[in-house]
Order: sequence, then C-alpha cells, then structure tokens
Amino acid sequence: MTTHTLSVLVENKPGVLARVAGLFSRRAFNIHSLAVGQTEHPEISRITVVVDVDELPLEQVTKQLNKLVHVLKIVELERDKSVQRDLILVKVRADARQRTDVLQIVDLFRAHVVDVATDSLVIEAVGTPDKLEALLAALQPHDVREIVQSGTVAIGRGARSITERAFERVSA
Amino acid sequence: MGQVRAPKPSALMSPAPASTRATATSAAALHAGQTMTGAQSLIRSLESAGVTDIFGLPGGAILPAYDPLFDSTQLRHILVRHEQGAGHAAQGYAHATGKPGVCIATSGPGATNLVTPIADANMDSIPMVAITGQVAAGMIGTDAFQEADIVGITQPITKHNVLVTDPAEIPKAVAEAFYIATHGRPGPVLVDVAKSALQSQTTFHWPERIELPGFNSGARPHAKTIQEAARLLATARRPVLYVGGGVIRSGASAGLRKLTDLSGAAVVTTLMARGALPDSHPQHVGMPGMHGTVSAVAALQKADLIVALGARFDDRVTGKLESFAPHATIVHADIDPAEIGKNRAVDVPIVGDLKDVFAALVPALEAEHERHGKPDLEAWWAQLDDWRSTYGLGYTPTDDGHSSPQHVIQRLGEIAGPDTIYTAGVGQHQMWASQFIKYERPNTWINSGGLGTMGFSVPAAMGAKVGEPDRTVWAIDGDGCFQMTNQELVTCAINEIPIKVAIINNSSLGMVRQWQTLFYNERYSNTDLHTGHGTRRIPDFVKLAEAMGCAGLRCETDADVDATIKRAMEIDDQPVVVDFTVSRDAMVWPMVAAGTSNDEIQYARGIAPEWDRGEEE
Repeated sequence: MTTHTLSVLVENKPGVLARVAGLFSRRAFNIHSLAVGQTEHPEISRITVVVDVDELPLEQVTKQLNKLVHVLKIVELERDKSVQRDLILVKVRADARQRTDVLQIVDLFRAHVVDVATDSLVIEAVGTPDKLEALLAALQPHDVREIVQSGTVAIGRGARSITERAFERVSA
Repeated sequence: MGQVRAPKPSALMSPAPASTRATATSAAALHAGQTMTGAQSLIRSLESAGVTDIFGLPGGAILPAYDPLFDSTQLRHILVRHEQGAGHAAQGYAHATGKPGVCIATSGPGATNLVTPIADANMDSIPMVAITGQVAAGMIGTDAFQEADIVGITQPITKHNVLVTDPAEIPKAVAEAFYIATHGRPGPVLVDVAKSALQSQTTFHWPERIELPGFNSGARPHAKTIQEAARLLATARRPVLYVGGGVIRSGASAGLRKLTDLSGAAVVTTLMARGALPDSHPQHVGMPGMHGTVSAVAALQKADLIVALGARFDDRVTGKLESFAPHATIVHADIDPAEIGKNRAVDVPIVGDLKDVFAALVPALEAEHERHGKPDLEAWWAQLDDWRSTYGLGYTPTDDGHSSPQHVIQRLGEIAGPDTIYTAGVGQHQMWASQFIKYERPNTWINSGGLGTMGFSVPAAMGAKVGEPDRTVWAIDGDGCFQMTNQELVTCAINEIPIKVAIINNSSLGMVRQWQTLFYNERYSNTDLHTGHGTRRIPDFVKLAEAMGCAGLRCETDADVDATIKRAMEIDDQPVVVDFTVSRDAMVWPMVAAGTSNDEIQYARGIAPEWDRGEEE
C-alpha cells in the first residue's frame, strides 16, 4: 500500500464533508488525515485527504467520489510535484532549567514558541509529516503533555490552478 | 501533479453540460410566481415534474402537504398500509413503466420504513423519488417527537439526498431530484422537507434550468473503444454477450436484438435482464449465475470474448471471481464508469448509455464484417447446442404427493403468457420464476436482485399494476415473503388494483431450508413456517385473502393447477390470491455453491456436467 494525497473540490453545501468521509469508510479505506476549508471561491471548498491505498482501489474510490453530486473535481497531488504541509501544536512541560534545551530543539526545526508559562511551553511547527515526526522524536526525552495536529494541506507546484476550471463550471 | 485516472469521462469527451433545461409543464407555467405555502409548492412541484401517481402514508410532519394533495386533480395518491409498501410500489411502478416512481412518508418511523425500498432501488438502479416530512427546522437535532436524521441514514443508499428547510428551495430540490434519479445510471433520490418549510409562505418558481455542476449524466461512447469492441466481436471464436439490467433501464432491447443478430454471439441474460432479449431467440442460452443454466454458465466460462452490457460482474454471476471466465477478453459497456473494472479487469472499457453503445457498435461491426467477413462460429454453436440439449432446464417431480413448485410456475407462465408482468419476492420461488417462465419482452420481470428483499413482490405488483393497468400482473411469492408485506392487498382491494398473487407455499423459508439440506446436515433451524399442507395453517392464506377483500383460492395437486390458474385469470374485479401448496423438498438446480467456482456447477444434487464433451469428441 502507498500513501496518496487527494485534493477533492466540492460545492460548499451542507453535509458534503460527511458524504466524502463516509464514502471512504464505507469502502473500507483508512483515512490518514483530512483537512477542509474554503478556497478562493466561496462556493467551492477543498478537502485534502491522505489515504493508504493501492492503485486499483484508489481508482475505484475516485470513481465513486466522482459520482457524488456535489463533488466537482478530484486531483491526486504527487509528493514531488506538490507542497504538502501539516501544522502541529505541542505542549511541553519545562521549567527554567529545561527551557534552554527545548528552545534549542525549537530553533533547530525552525518552529516557534507561541505560549510560555512558568513551567510550560506551547510549540507551533509547520512542515511535512516527516519533519514533524522528527520534531516529536527530538522532544521525546522531555515531558510532552499534549499534541494536536492538523490534517495535511497540499497544493501543486507551478502556475496551474486546479480550482479555476471547477469554478467556471459552478459559475456557468 | 497528476489527475487521478478515470474521473468524469464526460469531461474528456465533450464539455459536461453545466446546466440542462428542465421540462416545464403546464402546472409549472400555471402557478409561476404565485404566493402559496411550502406544502402547496411541494404539490405544484410534483405536478410540474409530471408525476401522476404517488404511493404514501401521512403523518404529523408531512401532514401540511396532504392538504393540498387532497385537491390535486393530477396526482393520484394511493394510501398504503405500511411505508415499505409505498417504496416497493414506487419501484414496481418505475420498473414496469420506466418512469420514476414516487413515494411519500412522514418523518421518523415513516421515513425509516422507506429505508429498505430505497436501498433496494439503489442496488437495482431504479429511478425513484422519496419525499419525507421532517420535524420543524428549529426542532432538528433536539430528538424531537418522530425525528430521525433520514438524510444521514440514507446517505449511503441513495444516489443523492437533500434536506430542505427554506420553502423557496422546494421546487428546485424536487426538480433536481427527478433529474438526478432519471439521468445517468438511475437511482433513488430522497427529499426531506421540514414541516416549518411546508407551513411557511413562499413564491412558487419552477426552475427553468437544472444547475448541477458536479453531476454527470454520462458520456458518449468513445469511437476508438467501439471500434476495438467491433474488431474483437468480428474475430472472436467463442463470443458471449453478457446482458445485465442496464439494457432494460436504458430501454435498449431493440439495439441488443440488432447486435445479437449481427454478431451471432451467444447471449446470456442475468436475473435483472430477463426479457431484454426474448427467451425464444435462438442465440439466447439462458441466465448465468448461481442458479443459471449450465449452458449460460459454461458459455461464460469457456468464452474467448465477453461483451458485458449494463452488467456489473456481481458475485452471484461470477462465482469465485479468480476462476471466472479465465479465457475471456472483456469488453465492458456501462453508463457508470465506476462499474468498469470494479470486480473484473477490463480490456476494452466503454462508458455510455447502452442505446448509444448499440447505435455505434452495430454499424462498426457491420463495417468489420464487410472488410473481413463474418467469423466462423459453427464449432462454438455446436458446443453450446450440446450443452443446451444435454443440460436443459428441468426438475425431478416430487414423490411426496404434493405439487412440484416448478410445475406450478411453469404452467402459470404458459397460461398467463408473455404479455403478463411477473413480480417475485426473494428465494426459491424467485429463482424458479426466473428459470421456468419464458420472458419475451423487457419490463415484464420485476424482482429484487441486488438487495434480495423478501416481501418485494406484492407491493411491487401493486405499483406495476398502477403503472400498467391494462396488463395482467402476477406476483409470484413465497409463503415467507408473503407474510412480510401482504397488508398491501388491502390497499389493492380498496383502490381497485386487481393484482394476482401465486403463493408458492412450501411451508418454509425454502431457500434457507435448501442450504440447510445441502450445507447444514439437514438441521432445519427456524425455517418451518407451518403454513402448508398437513400443518395448522397459520395463517390460512385463503381466509387471510378473503379478510383483505381478495378472492382466495387453494390448489393442492398437480391435477388442479391449470384449472386454478384459469379461474384466477378470470377474476378481474378484485385481487386474487392462490395458495399453491407444494412440496417442501423441491430444490433449485442448477447451483453454484456460494464462494465456489462456476466450474463446479452442479446440474442436480451431486451431478456435475461433463464440461468438455464436445471438445473431446
């Protein structure tokens, strides 16, 4: 099985996220992550789905997704031809003595501290899943209290826009 | 960045129509711009969509709609006794007429009672629109009385569904529902309307155009793949046309007939396609699948080319998929691109409406024949004829003194004839009805294929009779199935819908019992129904029929079968129920046991056909 990143452009209608997510679970696909938000056109939302699946069932699920009335377009974003990012927030317990060590790791990964208390820090980091995994590994020796992660968002490299033509269809 | 393969073929072929003109009817024009309640708007919308018949049952949330419905001169509402009956009736209506069936129910339990027919229509691609009432918009999500999230519940079993809370959206929602249900691969669409929307004032506007940018109603078949399919058909030595229910849904029987005659190929019609090609056609070799004829199953297994037409390689047809048709090149034509390559890898995919496929494929094949001559299929037909004559459909007469169910069904088909519409429930009687009745026309065989819904036949027959009032409609039912939905005979009696019901009464859940005989050491756990000969007869089907305002007849011996059927045929002013008590030991043969290879088909218990007789000789 390989990991695939799909960008699903949908009409911004109630229930559309449930329809898309439901289709994956119904056909027994495991969703790694899912992120959804508006695009530059308020009528269109973009769902980024990361799934572990073989080529043939992926084609089947794509065809099934295309049958959903509010799904406009599905594009697979290949890793080397797209920018893919996750956002992570990590709460670490660190008093004055440990803080320097933690801050060093934050600097190393070009992350940021977004909240400081006397005995804790909240770190914000953006990156590929690999990079964020490495960050978490580096923080492992410290007292990590809480982790929250966004789904992957992804965009193709170069000038082409995948929303353009979908928008033409919606506004036709 | 790569586009995932195979989405929306229409976009590759021709720009998908972003909008399509909706049919404006007199009702739409008459009431345009008028102020009215949402309930009136719903009824005007159904009229504008061209609906004439609705099956339903009122309740609190949908009640506002039933008031203007009372005054409608265009809509005939048939009050069912259970919402499941309304759903199956709408299916039977759609099946028989090709027009979308419509059912209506209230919120909560009314809506959930429609779930089975909706799932059934989804599996068998039946165009159907279900209208449900929903609790008032402000109450949604509060666990209000009779609240159920029917849009959530039916999401995986509808082609599309929508909740309407704004009365101004009602005409658009209804227009889109009918458009989606009937375009592309047909299917059920549910429109859930909040009571508050029905009660509010609105202005009626029937949409002039349908705006569904994400909806594809199907592609035109690609010239290149048509050409390749024609070339294969012109050169194959053992070609088979594997015909599915899509041919019936498309109304493409005439095109199939042309392709059959021109190609000289063997034709098999699946359970959903019986009647797509007349059974009397010399190239028809039977129904494939678990209870198909040996000749049809063997034809697929030995074929060098299979042209699948509106079929979906269902497990009941393929048997163990890995050993299905091992020598065959596959051409697969279907309106739904998601069906192509779903179960069996396809060599030549054709996406399109089968009417268009036949219109393109027939001249392409003619051109191939002109260039290269017709293929020599003599050896193939010698083989097929050998299978047909050696392993024809038959049955062993019973030796317990009771009628053979196959005999009853065969005589029913012969006496009622090919112009009759037959419906069936699910089980042994369904298989025998598909085997022993000869179908000569499309839309005369109505059954629940994909979902396998017991209790389908009586309400489906009611719907078929409403849609085709001049045809005789026979529901062939089992004693198990009949006890699930027979209450709709009351509906039939009161609304003068004179259907005829043949209960093939073997006093048991026959198909389950057959599996217990074959696979569970004759341990008959919970399959005895006590309705047949020599039992307490609970219920007594004749008395039950009479209590429901129907004529009730009973037939217990082979000698009485013809006379009883003829008597039933003569009664036209009320529904008729015939209780045919038959032997419970009769079994459905041939059979490919579940999960085994088609190569292991048994002609009768313990008797496997000699596959390669022809080849060895």
